Amino acid sequence: MLFTKDHEWVALDGDVATVGITRFAAEQLGDVVYVELPEVGRRVARGEGFAVVESVKAASDVYAPLSGEVIAVNGALAGAPDTVNADAEGAGWFAKLRVSDPAEFEGLMDKPAYDALIAEG
Amino acid sequence: MTAPQTLLATPLTAAHRTSGARMVPFAGYEMPVQYAEGVLAEHRWTRAHAGLFDVSHMGPAWLRPIDPPDDAEAAHQAISAAIEPLVCGDIAGLAPSQLRYTLLLNETGGALDDLMVGRPAAPADQGSLYLVVNAGTKAADSARIAAAVQGVARLERADHDALIALQGPEAAAVMQGLCPGACALSFMRFGSFEADGQPLLISRSGYTGEDGFEILAPRAYAGTLWAKLVADQRVKPVGLGARDSLRLEAGLPLYGHDLDETTSPVEAGLAFAVSRRRRTRGDYPGAARIARELAEGAARVRIALLVEGAPAREGAEIVHDGQVVGRVTSGGFSPTLSQPIAVGFAPPALAAPGTRLSVVVRGRAQPAEAIALPFVPHRYARNP
Repeated sequence: MLFTKDHEWVALDGDVATVGITRFAAEQLGDVVYVELPEVGRRVARGEGFAVVESVKAASDVYAPLSGEVIAVNGALAGAPDTVNADAEGAGWFAKLRVSDPAEFEGLMDKPAYDALIAEG
Repeated sequence: MTAPQTLLATPLTAAHRTSGARMVPFAGYEMPVQYAEGVLAEHRWTRAHAGLFDVSHMGPAWLRPIDPPDDAEAAHQAISAAIEPLVCGDIAGLAPSQLRYTLLLNETGGALDDLMVGRPAAPADQGSLYLVVNAGTKAADSARIAAAVQGVARLERADHDALIALQGPEAAAVMQGLCPGACALSFMRFGSFEADGQPLLISRSGYTGEDGFEILAPRAYAGTLWAKLVADQRVKPVGLGARDSLRLEAGLPLYGHDLDETTSPVEAGLAFAVSRRRRTRGDYPGAARIARELAEGAARVRIALLVEGAPAREGAEIVHDGQVVGRVTSGGFSPTLSQPIAVGFAPPALAAPGTRLSVVVRGRAQPAEAIALPFVPHRYARNP
C-alpha cells in the first residue's frame, strides 16, 4: 500500500489502483456521515478533487492520487459511510482507477515515509 | 498541537487538553470541538444521558445598580427602564428568578445579538440583572449596554469565571448530587446556590433542547467542579461540534449564522421574544418594521429542511420551481434523525411543512422538504 501527502492510500494490482483515505485522515475527520463518490467512467487527473467526505461538521475534498479512469466505486459507503471510520484502509475504500500513467507511482510514499509525515504533524 | 498565543484560555482549557479533546480556535478562545469519542457519540450521549459543556467563552455579566431605590420593585423598574430601549423583551415584567430570552436590536429591527436576561431572586439583589450574551459579540454588546445604563448601573463582566452547561435527560439526577436545591428550578429560572462551599449561579436553561442547567462557577473552582461532574458515570464531556448539532436539531438559532444585523425576530421565527407589553407600546428598536412584519408577515422567514443526499451547509442555495428563493444559514447532519437537516431563509409561502424544495450542494440540486421546527422535540423541565 502506498500513500500521498494528502492522506490517500493506493493499493496497486497491475494497472488498477484501489484508493481511499488513510486511517489517520479518517481519525482527523471524525465521524463520517456522507461520502460522495465519482461516477464510473469518469477520467480524473492526479490531484483533482474526485470525491467528498463529510463529517457532522464539514465537507472535505478527496484528491485523486493517480490519473486514470474510475472503473468501480464502493457503493456500500452510501448506506454505511461510517465504514470509513471503522476500516479506512480496507472496507472503507472509495474507488478503483485504471491508471493511465504508471510513471506517477514514483510520486507516492511508502508506509515508513507516510508514517514519518504524519508524525511530523 | 499548539495554538497561537493570541487565543484566550477558559478556566478549563488545560483540563480539556489532558482529556484528549481536539482543540480549535473559536471566537478568540481555544475550545474543545470534540473529545475522544467524537461528535456523533457525544451528541447521542447528551440526548440519552447528560453532556457537560465548557461554554466559558460566552459572555455572562451583571448589571449592578449605582444608587438603587430602597424599594425592591422600584429598583427593578429602574434598571429595566435603562435596558429595555435596547431589546424587544419585557424586562420590567420579569419575576424574581426569571430568565428571559431576548434580542439586542438595531434601529431597523435587525439582531445585534440574542441573549438571556435574568432578574435575580434575592431581595438584596433587586435592581441587578444577570445577562448572558454570545462569545463573538460580547465586546460590542458590553460597550453598548454599559453606555445605555450609564448613570443607573455598572456592567460587570463575569466571563473570567467558568460557565459550564450540563444538558440531557439525566442532568437533573446528576444535579441532585451536586446541588439539590437547583433541581427545584423550572425551565428559564435561575438562582444563587452553594456547593462545596463555593457560590454557584445556576439556571435551568441550555442550548440543546434537553432539560439541563448552566452553571456560573468561580474560576478557581472550575477544574474541581468539572472533574467532579465528569466522574459521574452519567456524564461525558461534549465539545462544540455536538453543541452545534444539538442546537440545530432543537431549532435554536446561532448568532452570526441564522441571525445577523439584517434579520428581524419575526423573520427568524422569534416573534415570541417580542413581548406583548413592548408590542403594545411600540417602544423597542425597529418597532416600525417589526410591527409591520407582525401584522402582515415578513418577506422571508426561517425555514427548516429535511435534506436528501449530502448535507447542505451554510450558504447553500434553496431552490423552488427553478428559482433561487433563499440560502441555508445552518446545515449539517442530524445524529438523531440520521439524515442531513438545514435551516435557512425563504419566502413564508414555502415554509409550510411538506413543501418540496431543493438545495444546491456542489452544483447539484438535491431534494429537500420543509418541516416544522424543532427537528427534535424539546424536553424542558417545567416544574409546577
